[in-house]
Amino acid sequence: MNTVIFRTAAPILAALMLVFSVFVLLRGHNEPGGGFIGGLIGASALAIYGIAMGVEETRKALKVHPITLAGFGVVMAAISGFISLAFDVPFLTGLWWIFDFDGSEVALSTPLIFDLGVYAVVVGAVGTIALALEADEGGD
Amino acid sequence: MGPSLDISIALIAVAPFLVAALAPWVKSFAGGLAGWVLAIVPAAIFISFVGFIPTITDLSVIRVGLDWIPSYGISFSFFVDGLSLVFGLLISGIGTFIVIYSGAYLAGHPHQGRFFSYMLMFMGSMLGLVLADNVFTLFVFWELTSITSFLLIGFDHTRQAARRAAIQALVVTGGGGLALLAGLILLTLITGQNSLTGMLTTAGVVQQSPLYFAALGLVLAGAFAKSAQVPLHFWLPNAMEAPTPVSAYLHSATMVKAGVYLLARMNPVLGGTDQWFWILTVVGGVTLLMGAALAVRQTDLKQMLAYTTLGSLGLLVLLIGFGTKEAILGAILYLCAHSLFKGAMFMIAGVIDHGTGTRDIRILSGLREAMPVTFIAAVLAAISMAGFPIAIGFLAKEEMYLAMTQGLWPDLLFLAVLILGNAMMMVVGLIIAFKPFLGPVADTPHAPHEGSLGLLVGPVVLAVLGVVAGLFTPWINASVLNPTGSSIYNNLVDASIYLGFDLANPAVWASIATWVLGAVMFWKADQVRNGLRRTGEAIGWTFDQGFDAAMFGAIRLAHRITGALHHGRLEWYILLFFVLLAAALFVPLIMTSSLPPVPDMPILNFYEWGAIGIAAIGLATVLLARTRLTAIAALGIQGFAVALIFMLFGAPDLSFTQFMVETLTVIILALVMTRLHLDQVDHRDLETALRDGAVALAVGAGIMMVLLVVLQTELDLSLTELFRQTSVPIAHGRNIVNVILVDYRAIDTLGEISVVMAAGLAILALIRLRASPLATARKQQKGRAA
Repeated sequence: MNTVIFRTAAPILAALMLVFSVFVLLRGHNEPGGGFIGGLIGASALAIYGIAMGVEETRKALKVHPITLAGFGVVMAAISGFISLAFDVPFLTGLWWIFDFDGSEVALSTPLIFDLGVYAVVVGAVGTIALALEADEGGD
Repeated sequence: MGPSLDISIALIAVAPFLVAALAPWVKSFAGGLAGWVLAIVPAAIFISFVGFIPTITDLSVIRVGLDWIPSYGISFSFFVDGLSLVFGLLISGIGTFIVIYSGAYLAGHPHQGRFFSYMLMFMGSMLGLVLADNVFTLFVFWELTSITSFLLIGFDHTRQAARRAAIQALVVTGGGGLALLAGLILLTLITGQNSLTGMLTTAGVVQQSPLYFAALGLVLAGAFAKSAQVPLHFWLPNAMEAPTPVSAYLHSATMVKAGVYLLARMNPVLGGTDQWFWILTVVGGVTLLMGAALAVRQTDLKQMLAYTTLGSLGLLVLLIGFGTKEAILGAILYLCAHSLFKGAMFMIAGVIDHGTGTRDIRILSGLREAMPVTFIAAVLAAISMAGFPIAIGFLAKEEMYLAMTQGLWPDLLFLAVLILGNAMMMVVGLIIAFKPFLGPVADTPHAPHEGSLGLLVGPVVLAVLGVVAGLFTPWINASVLNPTGSSIYNNLVDASIYLGFDLANPAVWASIATWVLGAVMFWKADQVRNGLRRTGEAIGWTFDQGFDAAMFGAIRLAHRITGALHHGRLEWYILLFFVLLAAALFVPLIMTSSLPPVPDMPILNFYEWGAIGIAAIGLATVLLARTRLTAIAALGIQGFAVALIFMLFGAPDLSFTQFMVETLTVIILALVMTRLHLDQVDHRDLETALRDGAVALAVGAGIMMVLLVVLQTELDLSLTELFRQTSVPIAHGRNIVNVILVDYRAIDTLGEISVVMAAGLAILALIRLRASPLATARKQQKGRAA
């Protein structure tokens, strides 16, 4: 697997996949996509990068341990629910703020925050598993 | 009644918890004075209870309620009537002195702040328990007392004995708590009320119900476990492993009195029947005699007191079970008397231990010169314990004897039991009051010295109160006995106890009999103790050992079950899992005889056939592959084909996800294979391969059948329609799948991502674990086998 072609292509491929995963995540509310699918694409990007460049290199690039990312995602999703409580509506009720941004509409919402949390959990958890399996025995 | 007064009841139950959180900081700021500073909290609670006295004397009830789980009718509600007020005053009043005492007793202990925290939490739990109106609120506080007492008993957690005692107390009282919960649920079902005040209005209904005996048994199991009645009494003496302030508090006003409180509270609801009478009087009587006899047998001050607590609790249960007006009044008086003298006695035992380094009654002697204040306090407490006039203990004893001299033979039997039990407890009181202080000065581990102010203020005040209280009978009648008696009796009670010594009264003769008997046994204390020791040794079995046998039996059983199910052979786990899955799929289909008919051949387009063809090729490759890696990749082909089918039938989201999941599955499976150093080639013999294949086919066929059955029923589209109509207007999204995930059913998703996160964490831990100790252990095992 560790061919020159793969090692050269992998970083570019991983970068494209990460960008694409965010795109899929953000379009999810209206078109096929969303946090789960986006997260899976993101995790695949990590796995490919890990296979090509080694786990150490991937960890360095990530800065944080992927499981931290997963934990952060759960917290983020929970927080999006608590925001609703501050507006005196039941936990996890969707709240929307739609801004007119030079003619184009920008919608910010608590479901968006929630979906970002889902994305982080999936990338983090699946990435953790993949990287842990790729690592040499004895390391993590 | 102003609303501020109402809210203060809820505050009373919550304040100790709030302060408990601050206690360690208070400790580090106030240092040696922390006990005095923190005692302000119970003192303030005590004062606010005192403020309720005029209202309660008028036989009114103060209530407050906050909604908690309104959909189940569960509210966080509290009320104060005579019974709760007496308990509240005892808990907060004695608690004040206990906190001061703890400050001095544990001075310099590295975890004193934590100790204060536990103590205050325990106090809050007890207060909540006696103030609770809603039965579920009551249960929550009931279990909180079990948990906080666990922390207190096991405070000295480096000692094995303390840990064992803590677990024993938790198992017994917590287990009793579960029985109580079941009993309370039954009572709510029978009466249709879930508040105590509501249940009291339905008196008589429960006794008529066919479920009466079940409800009675469950509630009594809870109360008996908490109040240490035979045969659930053994945890109480063991709880002596706790630091002395804890023992003093648990044994006097709190914890063990919780059961008594519950019985008194339930008397109008459950009482008045033959079952109630006989269960309570017999269990109480046995506990009284056993506790008192075992107390005389002991030589350790704290153990002696612990067993007299058993005796006193038995006495209270017996009186509540007896149920006449005099018996109830006697119980209330004895409850107050016992809280005062037992709290004082325990603190005195602690002062002696602190001052001399020992609690062994056979060593202690001649301390009157070195510890004069302690001596006086001990004598005063013993006066109340032995029931000499003018102490409140005397009033209690007179009233209970009066109750037993009204009728005929069973009453006289109970009278004899009471006299014997009281006489033995009196012996213990006299021994503790005189034996350590009189006689020649003996050698003790430290040179004896008097306790500090913090150590002495509690025992002295409580002992003095216990004696002089007898002088205030009109006040006791009006403000304690009438409201409390009315709560327990559920009828107006007009108490008229007075301090008198009338020889025409048979109760006086019973008291005299107690004193004579007690004096004789005190005279012959050593012989009595040795006689009882020999009897105990002849029996050779204690309930404590029974508890151990039961616990170890449970552990052995658990080991055996674990050994049978958790044998560590991965192959068998997977096989068992899939066999059970197949059974779970087929058994309901066959049992309800709803096996689906063979469906018609569908008419498909050529590209649809194409997708199915790819799946079939993938499967065939899996079966024929020579290496495992090929098989894993081929499995991915089959999965992609399924994703394609989803796409063709109009589920782009599902298909999208399926593609990603299949990709990752292949990657992860391949990684697992290399990681575990599995052989490239599958080495199963034909027999195993056929067995596994059959299971796989069964599961696949089962899932297909279930899907066919599901498809036969008409698809209910109303939910789909609802989502279709509302997803854009109210959720601003055209992708219904995503809108459902992040909005309509976001709480499900929140649960799912928590599981995903936890699974990632668990797998990470497993992979790391395998890398280190387990792998080494395996290597060693292999080495041994070779």
